[in-house]
Amino acid sequence: MANTYSALRLLREAMRGHKGWGQAWRSPKPKSEYDVLIIGAGGHGLATAYYLAKKHGVTRVAVIEKGWLGGGNTGRNTTAIRSNYYYPESAALYDFSVRLYEGLSRELNYNVMFSQRGMLVLSHSEPEMELAARTVNAMLINGTDAELVGPERVRELAPILNFRPDARFPIHGGVFQARGGTGRHDAVAWGYARAADALGVDIIQQCEVTNFLIEGGVCKGVETTHGTIRAGKVGAAVAGHSSVLAKLGGYKVPIHSYALQAFVSEPLKPVIDTVAFSPAYGAYFSQSDKGGLVIGGGLDRVPSYGQRGNLPMQENVIGGLVEFAPALAKVKLLRHWGGIVDVTPDSSPLIGPSGVDGIYLNCGWGTGGFKAIPAGGYLFAHLLATGSHHEISRPFDPDRFRTGFLIDEGAASGIAH
Amino acid sequence: MQRFPCPFCGLRDEREFHYAGELGKTRPATFTKVSDKEWRDYLYAYRNEKGAAEEVWVHLTCREMFVMCRDTVTMEVIETRALRKEVSS
Amino acid sequence: MTARRLASGGLIDRTKVLRFRFDGRDYTGHPGDTLASALLASGVRIMGRSFKYHRPRGVWGAWFDDPGAIFNVALNGIELPNCPATTTPLIDGMEARAVNAWPSAERDIKGALDLFHRVLPAGFYYKTFMWPDWHLFEPSIRKMAGLGSVDGQTLEGFQTDQIHAHCDLLVVGGGLAGLAAARAAAEAGQHVVMVEDHPETGGSAYQLAQIEGQSPERWVADTVDAINVAGGEVITNATAYGVYDHQLVAIAQDRGFGFAPRLIRMRATKCLLASGALDRPLTFANNDRPGVMSLSGAVEFLSRYGVLVGDQVVVMASHCLAHSQIESLEAAGVRLRVIDPGTDLPRALSGKYLSALEIRGDLHPCDTILTSAGLTPVLHLWSHAGGKLIWDETFATFLPGTGPDWIEVIGAAAGTFDADDALAEARAKACGGPAPSRRYSYSATPPEAHLGSRHRQWIDLQHDVTLDDIELAARENYVSVEHLKRYTTLGMASDQGKTSNIAGLSAMAALQGKSIPEVGTTTFRPPFVPIPLELYHGAHRTQQNRPLKRLPLEPQHRAANAALGEYGGWLRPGWYGGGDPQVEVQREALQARETAGIFDASPLGKIEVMGPDAEAFVNFVYYNAFNTLKPGHIRYGFMLTEQGVVYDDGVITRIDENRFIISCSSSHVDGVYAHLEAWRQDGNDPDRIFVHDTTQNWATLALTGPKARAILSKVDLGIDLSNNAFPHMQMRTGTFERYPVRVARVSFTGDTSFEISVRADAAVTLWDALSCHANPIGTEAISILRAEKGYLIIGKDTDGESMPHDLGFGASRTKKSAAFVGDRGLHTEKANGPNRKRLVGFEVSDGAAPLPTGAHVVTHSDGKQITRGFVSSSYQSPNLNRPIALGLVDQRIPEGTQVELFHLGKYLTATLCAACVFDPEGERLHAE
Repeated sequence: MANTYSALRLLREAMRGHKGWGQAWRSPKPKSEYDVLIIGAGGHGLATAYYLAKKHGVTRVAVIEKGWLGGGNTGRNTTAIRSNYYYPESAALYDFSVRLYEGLSRELNYNVMFSQRGMLVLSHSEPEMELAARTVNAMLINGTDAELVGPERVRELAPILNFRPDARFPIHGGVFQARGGTGRHDAVAWGYARAADALGVDIIQQCEVTNFLIEGGVCKGVETTHGTIRAGKVGAAVAGHSSVLAKLGGYKVPIHSYALQAFVSEPLKPVIDTVAFSPAYGAYFSQSDKGGLVIGGGLDRVPSYGQRGNLPMQENVIGGLVEFAPALAKVKLLRHWGGIVDVTPDSSPLIGPSGVDGIYLNCGWGTGGFKAIPAGGYLFAHLLATGSHHEISRPFDPDRFRTGFLIDEGAASGIAH
Repeated sequence: MQRFPCPFCGLRDEREFHYAGELGKTRPATFTKVSDKEWRDYLYAYRNEKGAAEEVWVHLTCREMFVMCRDTVTMEVIETRALRKEVSS
Repeated sequence: MTARRLASGGLIDRTKVLRFRFDGRDYTGHPGDTLASALLASGVRIMGRSFKYHRPRGVWGAWFDDPGAIFNVALNGIELPNCPATTTPLIDGMEARAVNAWPSAERDIKGALDLFHRVLPAGFYYKTFMWPDWHLFEPSIRKMAGLGSVDGQTLEGFQTDQIHAHCDLLVVGGGLAGLAAARAAAEAGQHVVMVEDHPETGGSAYQLAQIEGQSPERWVADTVDAINVAGGEVITNATAYGVYDHQLVAIAQDRGFGFAPRLIRMRATKCLLASGALDRPLTFANNDRPGVMSLSGAVEFLSRYGVLVGDQVVVMASHCLAHSQIESLEAAGVRLRVIDPGTDLPRALSGKYLSALEIRGDLHPCDTILTSAGLTPVLHLWSHAGGKLIWDETFATFLPGTGPDWIEVIGAAAGTFDADDALAEARAKACGGPAPSRRYSYSATPPEAHLGSRHRQWIDLQHDVTLDDIELAARENYVSVEHLKRYTTLGMASDQGKTSNIAGLSAMAALQGKSIPEVGTTTFRPPFVPIPLELYHGAHRTQQNRPLKRLPLEPQHRAANAALGEYGGWLRPGWYGGGDPQVEVQREALQARETAGIFDASPLGKIEVMGPDAEAFVNFVYYNAFNTLKPGHIRYGFMLTEQGVVYDDGVITRIDENRFIISCSSSHVDGVYAHLEAWRQDGNDPDRIFVHDTTQNWATLALTGPKARAILSKVDLGIDLSNNAFPHMQMRTGTFERYPVRVARVSFTGDTSFEISVRADAAVTLWDALSCHANPIGTEAISILRAEKGYLIIGKDTDGESMPHDLGFGASRTKKSAAFVGDRGLHTEKANGPNRKRLVGFEVSDGAAPLPTGAHVVTHSDGKQITRGFVSSSYQSPNLNRPIALGLVDQRIPEGTQVELFHLGKYLTATLCAACVFDPEGERLHAE
């Protein structure tokens, strides 16, 4: 690549005022036809385009985006990456994703800062410890790394937490996944965008789909604010707005849209290394490389397309966090925001045909789409290129709502998505 | 914090309410044959409207379910009304 | 000296001296000072270091618009991180230190980092640190990053107030416009609340020589008096930081250093936003040097704190109202030169301190440079509320556009910068009138960005974003505002872009040859200023967080040395006696089988279903058939989800033809009640069914064991307890003392058991009558007893996939003669599939320890290990004197099979057996 990133190149560019860096991606005009057209330039859409070009040699690919690439949930989440799942189907999917993340910076030549500082899910009672053991065993059997930790180990991993015996939810231990951690969310989108662009993919921003082009019951492309674009196959990866697109396309998705809030504090010197999650307190947090505490919790109570947070959940999450880690009470909240997430009945994603020929879905990731970006893109690319499922994505076909083979992690292991 | 008008109690804090589902679902007669697709659509096909939506909510403190029409983008409440049929008297 | 305190003027009290320390040195100030004003008055220029390059930073603004001076502040043993020096009121004894600097802001050893700035441009970290791995670099980068530090200390005794408040009119901002509006509205009879974030009201009013013929101090005091007299409320130290759905304005009130803040959730019918305006910084070479300040900030330091920020000052301002501020500085004795940069790029020259401004080859010696590239209205809350921002060419800034009706912007925030105009506008809008036309015009002509300069020009002072960084972002096509700010971190510092936003936008606009509105603006997100996390603590504090339900007999249990613990949301006795838990639990489980035990079963659900359609309704919401249940009889049943998954189990008593009592799991009462109400109201005629939860109205004691009947006979209930007269799974009513009593013969232990229910207020009397004949047993012993019998606990011995036919209750699935909730879900491909997990028991070999709960049954195929189920309950049984266990295991593995179990890397073996291992014939249940 003429535009390769490296320390050496950085030094060389420093000598000439960084004038030599090229565009990270082009801003092309849409062509009239593509082999594959992907709606939504979020992490999943961009990763799909990248793997189509890289793994399947499909380079006549466009990714169209109504806003700016990476501007949806990819840039609005709490950046946690983990594969601490119970069911083998989920473990296969999310651990595949973690493995791809592990080599992603080098693969994309873009530092996505995947930082495997670990993910800790706390247990606050003996019955919860029994569930934790069941989960750890499942993870180990599934080939994921996992550690059942007691209170002393938790204290080593996260000394800032509330270890008082009279705490409302005393810490008994938990599940620790050392390979879990966080990544730089924007960098994931930008890295995939840059790498896909270099392979010839057209990323067309500020281009909204106004309708599908259906001919003889088969989707042949889309109408956009930039005109008609024909395509052999259309993939929709528009988390938060999957139902809106479904309405245009005339198919149905088992999705409710909810706002999920995220919070970041002012930068602090390091106070915690891992991601720490307490289901009982309803809050989790980690610390970014910049020093801000990145805080998250549950979905807002009210189904919503409003990309903003509401106070009750904010109070629950932050109030819970202050009980979870009381020394953080005096830290200040810098910014909070909301993203719209696709919530499916089993909180597992949908990858598969939409029900309309030529339209394929990658959606329904709920609160956990960011960690699945590499796998989601890889598997969706496989589906779009070959017309059939990769074995890892097959269980996530929307058909499971007909057959009953739901993959409901929340009900199984007590680990919320 | 939003406030919803319960048709029975008046304007109350959103934390007193629980979303029960979209309006208009009718349970298939399950004692007779219901196809897989019909059952799937009953359970899982949502309109998930962006904009004006008709939903069923419960006011947890009075236990009454009611219909709420609201805008899912602006959060404006357009109308609420009782779910139960009008009592003819 | 560069800055100094004047002998008079300002709102400070010069008669009192406050002592404090900063970066290890002693200073003094006065009441009314902030840390920043006191330090400035003491001649301190360098108060911080920037985030990335550790460049020295002074103060730029006088209030929340300062990104430079951030301190950790300690007082009376409490240390708070990231306190802005400009907004932290000075208190005697404060110990402050600059964050991100060591040993001091003045002599920060990391200042050398600036030498490497060329290799550390915007986003440099995306381009390197990939080989061999990010993990090698991250720890040192983390240590370098961050601002303030947090000790592990917890703030004891903090209790955040949270207040719901209402008013007709909320005025945000107690400056000139806000005060005038609040007074006019209050005097017109409106219920007015005005919030002001300073400790005193007035805003920038003190910068004026006179207001309506009065001194600013007098005018402000009079106006506040008038607001109070008219019934209005003035809240100071309070920041409206966010507008949320349905017109909720969230206000954080600071109640002093080291005290918990107060959250006010204000619901106002109408809101006037009088939040003022800020100076937009001028972008020029070396404009980050300490001593380069906001013009308004300098005037504010003068008028509020009596601090002259410099001796020899150069002013560069590009708007038409700057002259009055310049005059007031001159009047205070500043040697001042006004320079119009025109189209040339000015450059600040400095050694340790600012020495001159160079422009067009001329040197203008100075110790301070004051700039304003125009005024920027503060419109964050307007934006939160959904108001649009419109770019105005003349004003060269964003002004409020269309927005919701309930909120309006007045004063400088609306672009009404002249005092008289603002007063007239405020008074008109306060009473719902239209704004009068302005008498004074305003225009700003900020200079174009000087692109391609070899000098560094700062855009974001805290995050070290320079014009070069913006150019780099543009070159690499990070051109949308969202990409720009994320790539360069522009506007993400603790001032959240208050100083950098417009400068950054205008630079990007110049780079792309676009107008600013074409480049766009970022969305303002709450909070307007950083707010302490503690603000939301409120009712989440300690035991108020998801409070436990308490038993009427808690004092009796405590007296019996109960170990109380949380079980399903209730605080319940786990065991009694106060000894070693293992020993006590085994003792109780043994005793219950040998004689009897009393168990407090009060949390068990008691939901009544009544009405002419009650029978059909119960039959519909339960898996099992209830239309055949006779009055006085009891039946066990499953409540399913529509997916066919077991949600709860319970025993249902038919009291009479039209009345049932549902006794569900303790932890599921709310859920079962909600489920019943949902089906009652949606799908049934709600006038023919009534559902009522009486769980907490009744206390229930369960008496179980071979001696249960004999013991209960000692209490006169007026019920024949003999086996024939009162068989298992029936219910009788009687009288205990003067209270009605219900006795149910049901058993969760496999022994003869009676559940005696009385009014909650009679619980103690019943306890006293029974506990003298039998010892109490706790929840843990009950768990063992039921496991011996293979009785399951929903959620423990079932999971989110368990269906009745997995648990040995397959009959209704195929035979029930009516529709029921979950019926169709029991016949999906998965429900009918072969690989279902069914409830089984485990036997371990002689002398083996109990199996670990959570261990998985595994088999191997193609070299891979596969889970076939798991251990859900495991105990040492004192009655069988060996370990027992229950679990869910693939139904294709028959009982009698020896299976391999996996637990935390180790392997164990056990043999599958029937779930019930104690008294499998059930003789004890019906024993005489």
